[in-house]
Amino acid sequence: MIKIWSMKKNEDAAAKKKPKTSAAQIRVQKDLTELDLPSTMKTHFADPADLLNFTLTITPDEGMYKGGAFVFSFAINTNYPHDPPKVKCTQTIYHPNVDLEGNVCLNILREDWKPVLNLNSVMVGLQYLFLEPNPDDPLNKEAAAEMSRNRDQFISNVKASMRGQHLKGVQYANVLVR
Amino acid sequence: MATTSTDWPDRYYDIDQILEKPGPRTDPDFLAGDGVKEFLRTKAKILVIGAGGLGCEILANLALTGFKDIHVIDMDTIDISNLNRQFLFRPKDVGRPKAIVAAEFIMNRVPGVQVTPYYGKIQDKGDDYYLQFNLVICGLDSVEARRWMSATLVNLVDPENPESLKPLIDGGTEGFRGQARVILPTITSCYECSLDMLNKPTAFPICTIANTPRQPEHCIEWASVLEWPRIHGPDKKLDNDDPEHITWLYNLASARAKEFNIEGVTWSLTQGVVKNIIPAIASTNAIIAASCCNEAFKIATSSAAFLNNYFMLIGTDGVYSYTFEHEKRDDCPVCGGSSLDLPISSEMTVEQLIELLIERQDVQIKKPSLSSDSTQIYLQAPPDLEAATRPNLTKKVQDLVAAGGEITVTSRSLPFSLSLRISYT
Repeated sequence: MIKIWSMKKNEDAAAKKKPKTSAAQIRVQKDLTELDLPSTMKTHFADPADLLNFTLTITPDEGMYKGGAFVFSFAINTNYPHDPPKVKCTQTIYHPNVDLEGNVCLNILREDWKPVLNLNSVMVGLQYLFLEPNPDDPLNKEAAAEMSRNRDQFISNVKASMRGQHLKGVQYANVLVR
Repeated sequence: MATTSTDWPDRYYDIDQILEKPGPRTDPDFLAGDGVKEFLRTKAKILVIGAGGLGCEILANLALTGFKDIHVIDMDTIDISNLNRQFLFRPKDVGRPKAIVAAEFIMNRVPGVQVTPYYGKIQDKGDDYYLQFNLVICGLDSVEARRWMSATLVNLVDPENPESLKPLIDGGTEGFRGQARVILPTITSCYECSLDMLNKPTAFPICTIANTPRQPEHCIEWASVLEWPRIHGPDKKLDNDDPEHITWLYNLASARAKEFNIEGVTWSLTQGVVKNIIPAIASTNAIIAASCCNEAFKIATSSAAFLNNYFMLIGTDGVYSYTFEHEKRDDCPVCGGSSLDLPISSEMTVEQLIELLIERQDVQIKKPSLSSDSTQIYLQAPPDLEAATRPNLTKKVQDLVAAGGEITVTSRSLPFSLSLRISYT
């Protein structure tokens, strides 16, 4: 066998020994404890010992979704950050980029995810969807079409949906901040 | 030289040409002659991870090179579609564990070689198991398993024990592309260091698959990503290996393809898309396995300089290869962080420990967050986690971490993390 140990001595790395905690776990700890969230976003950990599953509540303070509280679930697997976190909206909301099942169309959650991104980037991206809904990348096609066709009607639909009203056969969740 | 009764004259004639005298690039420590032959043939113990496309080639190469004590781990069973390239398997073996069949085949074919199979996951085995080998070769098909193996071997390195450092040779192929690399845990860059070099799996924008499918793959992704959870609810997970699940997706995707006038949705494409399969090419496996075994031979015998440290092969247009030294990353979460022995008073509270870390000149951490392998000790943010862990501040460190235990410290001012080995005075 080659004498690897002598190479190690040369590199003066003999004091290094890492803990058994998984790389994903440490990375999530790092991401979470370095979050720099504005007052419009709050995390909630049902089990503070479990850093991999939690919710994020976004309460936009401007734009047409102002006054609502939108709750997203985050599920992080052990292959993070190679795999992006799985994010879903837990309420039925009227939004061009969120479908009625809670799937979210945000590029960095799927096709543009890279390990250099972090939970902060995802959260900021989610908040941006409420400030600037994007009708060109629709997931709720009807909402997107309405937004392009008649902005005033769209805004009034947003307001009605946030109060928990029925719109075209869909019962939306009441998301108003109480 | 010690030989087994199964060896015949000139069995290793060709290999011995390399082992009997030093060459121009031979390591100065090379013991030409019987010493090195004896080590290779009676002492070296090598572990092969994966008995699939690469694994079959690796096992055959190692056995024919003169390694006599080979162990192999694989968690899969043989599928009919493996037989075109996984040449240790025959139609009668379909359904049997790959590791066991491969071991039987090699032992039958190459007398005197002992191949010990383990049918199961690499995660089933602990440090004691991995410590028995001189070398590990990986022929894996998943990022997750590679990360685990690399991290395990990095963690295995004990500063007090030279034998704990196990060279890892990692082979990988994807269609006509491949790579072979040598990882000397804690010395050279590890698998985690190169995580950002990976191609991300093909993912289509969710809005495209929901609204404007143009390719058969879009229809299949629609069925698996959006329709499966919508119709089956959150509790019934899609099983990529269940043919009934694939058929369900295939039927749905076909109907959608028809609606949008898209051609090309087939059952096998459906399976390929959901399992993220890239067709395996036998010749790529052969080249990469040869490169891995060549490195294993050189490392085990010191007969020539080994790969430093990354060889890539691109066979998509002609044959191109490039070798370079992938650099270790200081902020690597597996091998980059530093560690510190920290003797503290058994009376010290968590709060005092944090103050100590902030004050220490050799650490200089701002706002450290602390956790042990079983619990969060104190996290600076987000606010609800800070509140949940705040009661720990007044507790004694001793009540949260046993002597010899480790505390993982993260902070914005650290490249990745710092590990503290705690002892009490």
